[in-house]
Amino acid sequence: METVNLIVNGSAFSGEVEGRKLLSDFLREDLRCTGTHVGCDTGQCGACVVHVGGKAVKSCSMFAWEADGMEVATIEGMADEESLGDIQQAFQDSHALQCGFCTPGMVMSAAALLDENPNPTDAEIRDYLEGNLCRCTGYHNIVKAIRSVAERRASAGAA
Amino acid sequence: MYDFEFARPTTVSEAASALAAEGAQALGGGQTLIPSLKNRLASPSLLVILAGIDEMRGVDIDAGDSVVVGGATTHAEVASAAADSFPALAWLAGNIGDPAVRNRGTVGGSLANNDPSACYPAAALATGATIATNNRKISADDYFKGMFESALYEGELITKVRFPIPDAANYQKFEQPASRFALVGVFVARFGQEARVAVTGASENGAFRWAEAEAALSADFSSGAISDLSISADEMIRDLHGSSTYRAHLTKVLTARAVDAAS
Amino acid sequence: MPKDNGIGASSKRREDVRFLTGAGRYTDDLNIHGQAYVCFLRSDTAHAKLASVETDQASAMPGVLRVFTGADFEGVGGLPCGWQITDRNGEPMKEPAHPILAQGKVRHVGDPIAAVVAETAAQARDAAEAILVDYDEMPAVVDMKSALESGPLVHEDAGTNLCFDWGFVEDNREAVDKALAAAHHVTTLKLTNNRLVANPMEPRVAIGDYDAATDVSTLYTTSQNPHVIRLLMGAFVLSIPEHKLRVVSPDVGGGFGSKIYHYAEEAFCTFASRQLLRPVKWTASRSEAFISDAHGRDHVTKIELGLDAEGNFLAIRTETLANMGAYLSTFAPAVPTYLHGTLMAGNYKTPQIYVNVKAVFTNTVPVDAYRGAGRPEATFQLERVIDKAAREIGMDPIELRRKNFIEKDQFPYTTPVALQYDTGDYAATMDKLEEIADIAGFDARAAESKRNGKLRGLGVNCYIEACGIAPSNLVGQLGARAGLYESATVRVNATGSVTVMTGSHSHGQGHETTFPQVVSDMLGIAEDQINIVHGDTANTPMGMGTYGSRSIAVGGAALVRATEKIISKAKKIAAHLMESSADDIEFADGQFTVAGTDKSVAWGDVCLTAYVPHNYPLDELEPGLEETAFYDPANFTFPAGAYACEVEVDAETGKVDIVAFAAADDFGNVINPMIVDGQVHGGIAQGAGQALLEHAVYDETGQIISGSYMEYAMPRADDIPDLIVDHSCQTPCTHNPLGVKGCGEAGAIGSPPTIVNAVVDALRRGGYEVDHIDMPLTPYRVWEAISR
Repeated sequence: METVNLIVNGSAFSGEVEGRKLLSDFLREDLRCTGTHVGCDTGQCGACVVHVGGKAVKSCSMFAWEADGMEVATIEGMADEESLGDIQQAFQDSHALQCGFCTPGMVMSAAALLDENPNPTDAEIRDYLEGNLCRCTGYHNIVKAIRSVAERRASAGAA
Repeated sequence: MYDFEFARPTTVSEAASALAAEGAQALGGGQTLIPSLKNRLASPSLLVILAGIDEMRGVDIDAGDSVVVGGATTHAEVASAAADSFPALAWLAGNIGDPAVRNRGTVGGSLANNDPSACYPAAALATGATIATNNRKISADDYFKGMFESALYEGELITKVRFPIPDAANYQKFEQPASRFALVGVFVARFGQEARVAVTGASENGAFRWAEAEAALSADFSSGAISDLSISADEMIRDLHGSSTYRAHLTKVLTARAVDAAS
Repeated sequence: MPKDNGIGASSKRREDVRFLTGAGRYTDDLNIHGQAYVCFLRSDTAHAKLASVETDQASAMPGVLRVFTGADFEGVGGLPCGWQITDRNGEPMKEPAHPILAQGKVRHVGDPIAAVVAETAAQARDAAEAILVDYDEMPAVVDMKSALESGPLVHEDAGTNLCFDWGFVEDNREAVDKALAAAHHVTTLKLTNNRLVANPMEPRVAIGDYDAATDVSTLYTTSQNPHVIRLLMGAFVLSIPEHKLRVVSPDVGGGFGSKIYHYAEEAFCTFASRQLLRPVKWTASRSEAFISDAHGRDHVTKIELGLDAEGNFLAIRTETLANMGAYLSTFAPAVPTYLHGTLMAGNYKTPQIYVNVKAVFTNTVPVDAYRGAGRPEATFQLERVIDKAAREIGMDPIELRRKNFIEKDQFPYTTPVALQYDTGDYAATMDKLEEIADIAGFDARAAESKRNGKLRGLGVNCYIEACGIAPSNLVGQLGARAGLYESATVRVNATGSVTVMTGSHSHGQGHETTFPQVVSDMLGIAEDQINIVHGDTANTPMGMGTYGSRSIAVGGAALVRATEKIISKAKKIAAHLMESSADDIEFADGQFTVAGTDKSVAWGDVCLTAYVPHNYPLDELEPGLEETAFYDPANFTFPAGAYACEVEVDAETGKVDIVAFAAADDFGNVINPMIVDGQVHGGIAQGAGQALLEHAVYDETGQIISGSYMEYAMPRADDIPDLIVDHSCQTPCTHNPLGVKGCGEAGAIGSPPTIVNAVVDALRRGGYEVDHIDMPLTPYRVWEAISR
């Protein structure tokens, strides 16, 4: 067992975790944050994307204790108590999800993209989502949702 | 996955001692190794974690003529840090995997694994990079020994990679449609008159330099200079995604495109 | 002015809030106190007798509760097939046993041999690796032609690898032969419809939970149709009566057909939980999904189209080999037959059609319905051969199609392959397509592409599909072993809100939003006063689930019927309250009014009266306000449309980029346009995947080569362009109460030929004499075709 101290969605966790436990399993099993999904075993589908230390990572491809001392953000932390976050709201408004299984990873990747590049072109959005598979939407409305967030943030910033 | 022990060294020498143990394996970003462990394709008894070794992290632009990358530096860091000084290398790093993979995967991990479809081996060969380990420096030409084979000894560790910055360079990657690894990738670099052409993804022997193209391009650095060349399909990879002939063909097409883009 | 609620409004999806906040409840999110974990030991060999399966060592390993093998399932039923085909000679199809765990022989890589149940998933896997299997290997057969000619027998007791040889319509055969022999021109095309893996992003999961105190088993499973699973597993496999068996499908992360079927793992977890008196959970890895989920498509076809000198279609003859895989999956025999042969007329008035299908057993994963199921295979061959014919006779491909369209005044139209199309207007969708795709501007765009060194091509085609599956009396005659009605219970609560229990199941389609839109329109109450319950056999009426674009056309119709019953009874209650006759009561906007008067009572008053019947005509009316309806459609529905695609081909590398895609669909009436757009987007992306990227490939020994996302290319965001979709052409279905046709499969059916047509067009514009390339049109295949 390894000792870890980390902050998940603003709440501190300290405890023991099995060394071989993946971050995705730790979130799902130990913390019951089941919003982070696992859709493949080769690190390609992106349903498990979370942020560690502010960067998007595939939580199925790192050990839980590798996040020791870091801040972890998951889909469960993206809304405040009253309302959805702006990316989440845009996903609903644009019908950017259907079955919802890829959605948590998709939202976390979108958030990372907009942190890195607040005003992406459609091509940059599609390129950034290379590691997030969606089988339902054909991506059209996902791109539309992310674009709308960028536009809304830009106009809010300008105002 | 099978169970294993961990070592978390903070210095290269601690890491080297840990790796001397029977069944020890280094873990860089884990983007290849962890999926292998999950699928029980690897069974190390000890994983030595390199992420905590500060001296193996970071990117230096050395004297303006080389980019020096710590072995445990992520692709994302290289893409960002080399963007101005060596855009072709930055582009290569910025197109490995996807953003989440690039935030974890490392240069040292890629070169140590030496996947025949990985991108970094092409950059290392084309620039004449020097691969520094915990006990020696290896020139790229001596380093790559075939598919998943390198000059590294058991337990040897890539600490730094020095990529000389060419006068002109470009990397062309033609992606395998599923994995998005290089079906064929060609890195062309020109230092003064000397042209170097390195090819990844194509050969059963791993990344290689295309000597005939280098000779032609050293005489005339233009895509026209290689139009009469052809490269043998013998020992090229053939699989679901392309025959050996197709890979040979792509090698030439991408070389010409890289030269055009670099010119 | 777009509506903001009810039928026709793009109401935002209420289910999104839980999916967007990580609060969805998918099967793997469920954990039952005391659960154990199962790991299946699957065959790594495609075809072998099992000389021995040695489990002693595994049984003794830490945490192991029990190791099960085929011997534990002797006397337990195998997985049943839900459809029986009768062949050309009147004989039933070959229907070999499909055991839960292998009985002495394995027939495909992934066939489960043994199962370890242990305290943890890792312990189960450790022990599964310790089982010693002695394979007596046999040659495998993967190729269908070899399987029929000389291959080893997948099932010795069947005596052949031919499951059935089906002719449709057999009586047309001679007439078609004659018509083709006499035709002015015959265009022939040989093609394959590539084997696919559905790949919903959520892998399958099953949890069996047995309550000994009540003798009730509960199965939590990632299914599109929990009632079907309860029926098949209870009645045919485990002999558990339905009142002692509950099947729950909570949030399900996509299905696309692959989660229709009753799988061995579901029966195993239910069985093992009863044996061990512990909940037993199985979660598939993606690698496991590739070798255990039913695959799709995998047809090899020769099609011939005869035309007269003016380009009128005279006759069509097609011969198809359809891969069944190693066993018959739940609906497998229906796919290449009644979901395929019946659609061979397409949108055209071809007078003579004959379809022959030989279904073949091979040492591969079973093949069953995948989004579209049979209809994409029919559409692909038909629309490809029409494109080739247009080129051969020198006619514009759009013109040739228009010339042969069934015209709008010809409906209802009976085809030579047994269907009666109720309504349609194919010229209208083609007109709309030419507008939204700017077909007229193509040449200018092609010139621009050429300046950039790319070959641009245009592909256009039509499609029709039979949806709203299905009229039970018809499919019963065709071999279905179940009815295909749908159900709804509308429960009006005492204070006026409504709970709807439906037999449909949503795994991405948005029923929790669209079904309330229908009820809201009918009852005049707000959508948020209506709740949808689905996915649990314990609290929904027996229903057949969701597939075949049936939920709104059949489930929605049941919902309408049940709501009509509610209104009828509510009027009686209102009449009582207003001391009037029910015949005089009008109901609108949530108010009951006595016609011609200003006397009215509100919806809420009527509901309360139903449940607080203090002053109530008990001799005339029961208290309560709850009604159930079962709806069995009179016919299929027939969505149809026209699609256009533009591609750019890099002739040096063979790489194809889809640069534009437009779809003009006729879905009849539309409940929620936003959701319909999304369904079409997703269908097109899957069709694009089939056309350009996806392929489940086996080597000659029966090993799957593309068994992970490293080798099986899934469409990603940068593979798909912005999509133009339009469903403003609407010829409402004539036989269901909503006038709806269904939209779930259209994109996947219509788009593969569009894309292939476009690539062939691009190559021919570049001077390459290419007639056809088999899907997927990977860079390598395109380059090979033009390098010949």
